[in-house]
Amino acid sequence: MNEIRYIAASGALGAGVDAGALDRALALEPHFIASDAGTTDAGPFSLGGGQPAFPREAVKRDLTRVLLASRKAGIPALIGSAGTAGGDPHVDWVLDIAHEIVAEHDLSLRTAVIRSEQSKDYLVGLYREGRIRPLDPAPPLDEAVIERSARIVGMMGAEPLQEALEGGADFVLAGRCSDPALYAALPIMRGLPAGLAWHAGKVTECGTMACEGGRGGVITATIRDHEAIIAPFGDGVRCTPQSIAAHTLYENGDPYLHKECSGTLDLTRSQYEAIDERSVRITGSAFIPSNDYTVKLEGAERIGYQSIMVGGIRDPYIIRRLDQWLAEVEAHIYAIVERVLGLGRREWTLTVHVYGRDAVMGDLEPDPHAISREVGIVVAATAATQELATKAAQLTRQPFLHHGVPEWMGGITSFACLHNPAHIDRGAVYRFNLNHVAVPRTKTEMFRTEFLQLGSAK
Amino acid sequence: MTRLAELSSLIRSKNAGPFVLTFDIMFPDEESYGRVKRSGLLNAAHFAELFRLPPEQVRFFVCDNARAFKFSIPRPLTQGDLADGDLHGGQQFIPLMDIDIP
Repeated sequence: MNEIRYIAASGALGAGVDAGALDRALALEPHFIASDAGTTDAGPFSLGGGQPAFPREAVKRDLTRVLLASRKAGIPALIGSAGTAGGDPHVDWVLDIAHEIVAEHDLSLRTAVIRSEQSKDYLVGLYREGRIRPLDPAPPLDEAVIERSARIVGMMGAEPLQEALEGGADFVLAGRCSDPALYAALPIMRGLPAGLAWHAGKVTECGTMACEGGRGGVITATIRDHEAIIAPFGDGVRCTPQSIAAHTLYENGDPYLHKECSGTLDLTRSQYEAIDERSVRITGSAFIPSNDYTVKLEGAERIGYQSIMVGGIRDPYIIRRLDQWLAEVEAHIYAIVERVLGLGRREWTLTVHVYGRDAVMGDLEPDPHAISREVGIVVAATAATQELATKAAQLTRQPFLHHGVPEWMGGITSFACLHNPAHIDRGAVYRFNLNHVAVPRTKTEMFRTEFLQLGSAK
Repeated sequence: MTRLAELSSLIRSKNAGPFVLTFDIMFPDEESYGRVKRSGLLNAAHFAELFRLPPEQVRFFVCDNARAFKFSIPRPLTQGDLADGDLHGGQQFIPLMDIDIP
């Protein structure tokens, strides 16, 4: 019977791999082990700043477990969206960790490194040919947006991974990558149905988040011609038809249709059925190939440097007229910053988050007038350089500290600063600036694969 | 009348990428799910009213096999933008809790 079995070791490399469950799951005799290592959920800083969201020790521990299990079973290991954002510095960071692991454990790995960071010249060329299309909703795009980006990555589909596996890789280290593609690549390559392969990938890419009843564990899938079987290994962890169905909602705008490079996964007719108390059978999932091959782009640009001040207000006279008091304080700050630093309102940004009023929900807050007896305030100054941001933040302190209310005569100290110094420098801050797809001229031109030998060849 | 928070097993919000915010409402059993579904009170127009949005911005999904309802909207601010106060979008579901279900 044609089937592919695999282990999804973790939903996020660095968040933890359950070594005991992983070892037990090897009894399934899997064809590969994989783990996703990235997400945009960490925010634009990782992509823009070239930094991972997990500490090196956490990624090293997890990657060691994945690589040792894959060597024990003699099967490939795949890591996608390396280093959180999957840009070149992120891939290099994980590759460096892999070198260290290979040396420490005397491993030998034929390694395929697939890079997905995009050159600006290449993207400008696509843009001029009308080969970059907006998704909904998308920020405005022109050549200047591409040019001022700190980093842009393309999200690879199954094809570059399949090339790496066909090339005999023991270890595939991929830059930004569709999470389910990591799991769909091999089953599709072996002729199994794309709908089931993509759907199983979708279910397993977050690890045991699609399960209930326990923490930790690993999740496995078996893809066959007519069904996909999802089964977790771990203490008390189980899948139910409802938990698997529900997981397809998580972090997806549409629970039924999921766009990939080569088409759309359609779950409208998917059926879920319990096999035993911990595993579930999926049938009926379809994959509709698209005419155009599209690659999702993720970009981040630096919007400046930031310094913040954190504090609170308890005085009921201020709190009962807080909006007006804040407006007066802000006007005062803008005037001082202009006078002292020569920065007009358009040359820096003052942001005031009021916890206890609407800092969490912003415009969606249904009841911004129900203010608590104490409010927390985070004041952020963002400017073109850290020096200017720091100075602007320093200039916010006196207006917050001493702005009066009619009820009190004489000088008051109105703002309780949390820190000394009152301001904290945050460094560069970034924003996501693309929600677009590229239509490359060929399926592979956006991704660059390099084969390396890690450790001595055996 | 029973509050939706009491009938559901989970009401959550989350980023669906940096530009979309999505809301899931899940139930512990068919009875509570069916009761909410039959009430007809979960719909795009009602959601738009609760969150003060134009109804055409709200996508609504009924997911029987997951015993769940789903809403998706464009994120009011892109994830991580200067004024965005909820990087992961996890604390935006609160108005849904108080929907009274007959």
